[in-house]
Amino acid sequence: MEYNQEDYKGYRGAGLDALMQYEAKIWSDVEIIANDGGTYIGIILPRSVQADEEHIVIKLRSGYNIGISANKITGIKINGRKVANYKIPEKAFPHDPKKPRVKLFGTGGTIASRLDYRTGAVIPAFSPGELYGSVPELADICNLETEKLYGVFSENMGPEQWIGTAKAIAAEIEKGVQGIVIGHGTDTMHHTAAILSFMIQNSPVPIVMVGSQRSSDRPSSDAALNLIHSVKTAAESDIAEVMVCMFGPTSDDYGLLHRGTRVRKMHSSYRSTFRTIGEIPLAMVDRNKITPLTQDYKRRRRDRDVKIIPTFEERLGIVYYYPNMHPDMIDSMIDNGYRGIVIAGTGLGHVNKPLYPALKRAQEKNVAVYMTVQTLWGYVQMYVYDTGRDMMELGVVPMANMLPEVAYMKLGWALGQSRDLEEVKKIMMTPIAGEITEREPSNGYLIYQGGIPEVEEFISKYNK
Amino acid sequence: MYDFVFKPFGEMTPEDYEEIGFMSGLEIHQQLLTKKKLFCHCPAGRYTHSYNAEILRHMRPTLSELGEYDGTALMEFKTKKNIIYRIHRDTVCTYEMDDTPPFLINEDALDIAFEVALLLDASIVDEIHIARKQYLDGSIPTGFQRTAITCVNGKIPYKDRVINIIQMSIEEDSCREEGDSGHNRIYLTDRLGMPLIETVTAPEMKTPQEVAEVNELLRRLSRSTGHVRTGIGAGREDVNVSVRGGTRIEIKGVPQIHRIPLLTYNEAMRQWNLLRLREELHRRGITQETFEAKVDDVTFLLRKTVYQPLFKAIESGKLVKCVTLRGFKGLLTWQTQTDTYFAKEISDRVRVIACLTELPNIIHSDSYENTLSSAEGQKLRKTVGTHDDDSLVLVWGDKADAEMAANEIIIRAKEATLGVPSETRQALRDGTNGFERILPGPDRMYPDTDLPPKRITPERINKIKQSIPEKYWLREKWYQSLKLSDDISKPLAISPFADLFKLVVNEWKVNPITASNFIIQFPKRLKRLRLNTSILTIDVMKSLFDEYRNGNITKDSMLFVMQDVCRMGKFEPEYLPEKATPEEVEAAIDAALLNVNDLEIKIMGKFEHIISGYAMKNLRGRAAAADVMTIIKKKIGKEK
Repeated sequence: MEYNQEDYKGYRGAGLDALMQYEAKIWSDVEIIANDGGTYIGIILPRSVQADEEHIVIKLRSGYNIGISANKITGIKINGRKVANYKIPEKAFPHDPKKPRVKLFGTGGTIASRLDYRTGAVIPAFSPGELYGSVPELADICNLETEKLYGVFSENMGPEQWIGTAKAIAAEIEKGVQGIVIGHGTDTMHHTAAILSFMIQNSPVPIVMVGSQRSSDRPSSDAALNLIHSVKTAAESDIAEVMVCMFGPTSDDYGLLHRGTRVRKMHSSYRSTFRTIGEIPLAMVDRNKITPLTQDYKRRRRDRDVKIIPTFEERLGIVYYYPNMHPDMIDSMIDNGYRGIVIAGTGLGHVNKPLYPALKRAQEKNVAVYMTVQTLWGYVQMYVYDTGRDMMELGVVPMANMLPEVAYMKLGWALGQSRDLEEVKKIMMTPIAGEITEREPSNGYLIYQGGIPEVEEFISKYNK
Repeated sequence: MYDFVFKPFGEMTPEDYEEIGFMSGLEIHQQLLTKKKLFCHCPAGRYTHSYNAEILRHMRPTLSELGEYDGTALMEFKTKKNIIYRIHRDTVCTYEMDDTPPFLINEDALDIAFEVALLLDASIVDEIHIARKQYLDGSIPTGFQRTAITCVNGKIPYKDRVINIIQMSIEEDSCREEGDSGHNRIYLTDRLGMPLIETVTAPEMKTPQEVAEVNELLRRLSRSTGHVRTGIGAGREDVNVSVRGGTRIEIKGVPQIHRIPLLTYNEAMRQWNLLRLREELHRRGITQETFEAKVDDVTFLLRKTVYQPLFKAIESGKLVKCVTLRGFKGLLTWQTQTDTYFAKEISDRVRVIACLTELPNIIHSDSYENTLSSAEGQKLRKTVGTHDDDSLVLVWGDKADAEMAANEIIIRAKEATLGVPSETRQALRDGTNGFERILPGPDRMYPDTDLPPKRITPERINKIKQSIPEKYWLREKWYQSLKLSDDISKPLAISPFADLFKLVVNEWKVNPITASNFIIQFPKRLKRLRLNTSILTIDVMKSLFDEYRNGNITKDSMLFVMQDVCRMGKFEPEYLPEKATPEEVEAAIDAALLNVNDLEIKIMGKFEHIISGYAMKNLRGRAAAADVMTIIKKKIGKEK
C-alpha cells in the first residue's frame, strides 16, 4: 500500500498496519479502543525508529505518553488533530549601538536544542532570535549575531569542520567583531579548542568555545549560564586567546576560562567537567565580572591582524599504550600509510621493549612519532630511564607537557604544513599557544581526594 | 446565582455540598518499600538533616514537547530564587545532583506499582514511557521529576458505587524543603529519588467526608501489598477541589487524611466566596475590560510613618509602592475562607512571586488597623488621587521586588473579575490554604530522552498476578462473618499475615478469634513492652501456629512464647515451655487460694475465675486454662 511516510513517522510493522487500518496519522487526536476493555484518549505521536514495531505511542490528556500494543487495538476514532509546533519563541535580538558586537558560531551540541522525534534524542536548534527568546540576558551584554556553520554532534567534528570554522572566525575578526563565541558539543570541545589555537594565530579578540553538559531542554541546564558567561567574555574580556568557557563548580555560580591548549573534559557527565591541566585557568567569569587568575595571557588589541594557517594532515593517530601491547598495533599504522603517531605512554613516557622494532620501522618509513603521558599531568622525561633513551634513539620525540589530544591536533596541523620531519619537529617544539610550558606551577596539579578531613572541610564551606 | 451562604463546617449537609456543586478528586502519593531509589543505587528511606556539601542552582523554563511554555514554569522563573541543595554523601550520589544520567529504572519498584495496579483492576500499559514533569520550584535539582504512567482506568468500590481511578504513575520523590526566605530556598536531598506511586482518582467525591474516606480506602489498598512504606511522610495526598462555576484547585501535600475534610470545606468556601466577589465586582461595574489600577511610589511620603515595619524598610533603603485598585473599596476584607480575607490572596502572591517572605508584606486601606495613622491614610489618598470607592494596597521591598510585587497585586486583583484563578495551594495547619503556585498544565510534560521506552510483557504481569493479595474488602467481609471485631479485622485485612490467618483458620481449624489475637493483638502488646516484634515474621508465626495446633503451645502460653522469641531474636522449639507437672499445677492453685482468701470476694460466682487467673499467672501458661479450671473446681468442691 502506498502512503506518505511522514504521516506515520517512525511506525513500522504491526504498529504501522494498525494506524493505517484506521487512517490514524500522527498528531491525530484519537480514542483508541482496546480489546482489554480500555479506552485511551490522546494524540498519536511519531515513534522513534529505534523502538520496536509493536506499539503505538499516544500522549494522554494529562501530558503523559504511553505505548499501546498494536495487536490489542480494536478501533481508533479520530476526533481532531494537533500538530506539535516545537519552536523556541523567536524575538528579534535588540540592537544597542553602545554595546560590543559579538559573533556566535554554531557547530552543534546541546547549547540550544530541541527534541528529535525520529530518534527521541535532542537535536540542536539555533538562531539569535531563538537564543534571545530563551536567554534574554544576552541582550544586556552585546549585540549578538549568529551563524550556523554546522549541525553535528561533537564526535562528528573533523578536519573539514575545523578548517571551515577557523576561516569563518578569521573572516569575522577582519570584519571588526569584538569577540567570537563558538557553540560546540562538549565531547571533543578540547580537540577543537586545541586546533583553533594553532590555526588561528595572533587574534586581537577573545575566541570563546562553549557548550552545555545538561541540554537546554531541561530547567536545570547549564546552557544559559554558560552562554551568558561566554558572551560576556567575548564582549568584555581582555584575553585575546582561544578559550573554553564552562562551569567552574557544578553549582550555578561561576564559569572558568580555560586556555584552549591546556583544557580537557574530565568527567563524562558533570557540569564542571572541563579542567585546566598542568596550569591554572586563565580567569573566572560570572554574570557581573571577569576575574583573571593569571597575568600570563595575550591581551586584546584594536588591530585586525589575525593570521590563519588552516591545514591538517588526516593520516595520524593516538596510541594509548597498555602493558602487553603488541608491535602490530604500530606496524598496522605504518602499513596503512599513517604519517604521524602520538603515543600516550605510561609514567614519564614509556612503552614496552617488544614495540621497539616497530618504532624503528616507523623511523625508517618517515613516520613522525611523538611521546606524551597518559597521566595527563606532568612532563615526559625520557632521560631518567634507559628505556626512554633507547626510544629517543628510535626517533621518538618527547613532547614535554603537551596533552595527548593537543599533541595529536598539533601534529596533524604541522604535518599539514610540511613533509619534512625536521621541519615538523621544529613546529612541534615551538610553543604557540601555551601547549608546552616551561614550568608547571605548584598549584597546577590539584586532584583532591574526597574523604580526607581537610578536603571535606573545604567541600562543606564552598558550593560544590 | 451564588446566593448560598456557607455554614460552619459542622453544619454543612450533603445537600449543601450538592447545592454548591462540590467536586473533589485525589492524587495519592505512596512511597514504595524498596532498598534503593528509583533511578540510582542510593539507599531509600534514610533521612538526615546533616549534610556534607551544598549546591546552588537556578531553574529556567523550557518548552514542552508540543512547543509551549508552561504557566507555572514562567511564574517560577519570575521569582528568581537561589535554590540551595544540602547533600549528605550517604544518601545522595551524583545522579540526584543531576551530574550523572539516570540508571535503569528500579524493577522492584515497578513490580510493586503493577501489584497495586492489579488490585485497582486497572489496564497496565504495554510500554512505559518515562516523562519529565517540570517543577521549577527547585524541589528536584534536574527541574523535573522522572515519572511514567503504569496503568489507567482502574476502580475501587465505595459505598454503593465505584470510584474511578484515572491513572497511576511511578515517580521519584522530591526534596524536602528546609527553609524559604527572601530569594533563598533550601532543600534537603535525602528523600529525593525514592520511588513512589501517584494514584489519581476521578473527581467523584461529593462531600469532604467522602474525600477522606476514599483516601483511606486507597491508602489501605496499597498497604495491603505489604510493599509500601509507612510512617510520617510515606503517604501524602494532593486534593483537587472545585465548586460549580469554580476552577480545579490542587491542595498540595496534605500529610494526614483526617485533615482533608476541613481543608476541602475551606477551599470550597474560598471558591464560592471568590465567585460571590466576582458578582459583587460586576455589580460595581468592574470587569476584566473596565478594571483599573495604578502604581505610585510613596516612599518619600511615608518616610516618617508611625508604622514601624514600613519605617524600618524605608530607613534601610527599600521602596514603598502604593497600588490603587479602582472601585475595590471594602473588598480586601471580603471573606474567602474561615477567618481569611481577600487581602490574603494578594499577600500570598506577593510572598511567593516577589519573594517578599517577611509578613506582613502588604497593608491596605480597607483596614489600616495598627498600621498607618488616619492622618497618614488621608495624606496618602490625597497624594495619589484616590476616589472614595477605591482601595489602596501598600507593598515594600528592594526596587525589583517592590515593582514585581505591585505588578502582581494588580494581576491578582484583576483575576478577581474572572473568578477563581487556577492555582496549586498549600495546606495550612488551621485547615485553610495558601497560594503556592499557578496550577501547572500538561504543557510541563516532556519525554525523558535519557531512557528508552520499556516494554511490559504479559508474562511479567501474569507472574505478579500469582502473588497479589486478596482484595482487602473481600477479606473484611469474611472476617465479619467470622465475627471478628473491627479493631482486629481492619488491620488484619491489610496485614501481610492475612494469608496466614486464612490458612490457619481454614486448613488448620484454629479458632478465628484466637488466631486473630495471636496475629494482631499479641504483637501490639509486645511492642508496648518495647520488644522487637519484627522477629515475628510470617514464617515464625507459621511455626508458632504449627506448634499450637500440635498442642505444644497452649492458648495461654502463646504470649509468653512470642515474648521469648522477640527477646531471643529467633524461634527454636527449645524455647517452648515445658508442660507443668500435675504437682506444679496443684501448688500454683494452692498459692492462688492463699492469696485470694485474703480478698473480699463480692461476686461469688466469679470465684473460680479469679483463682484461675492467679494460678495461670504463676504457671506462665505452662498449663492449659481448661485443665487448671477442672482441678480448681475439684478442689473447691472438696473444700466446700
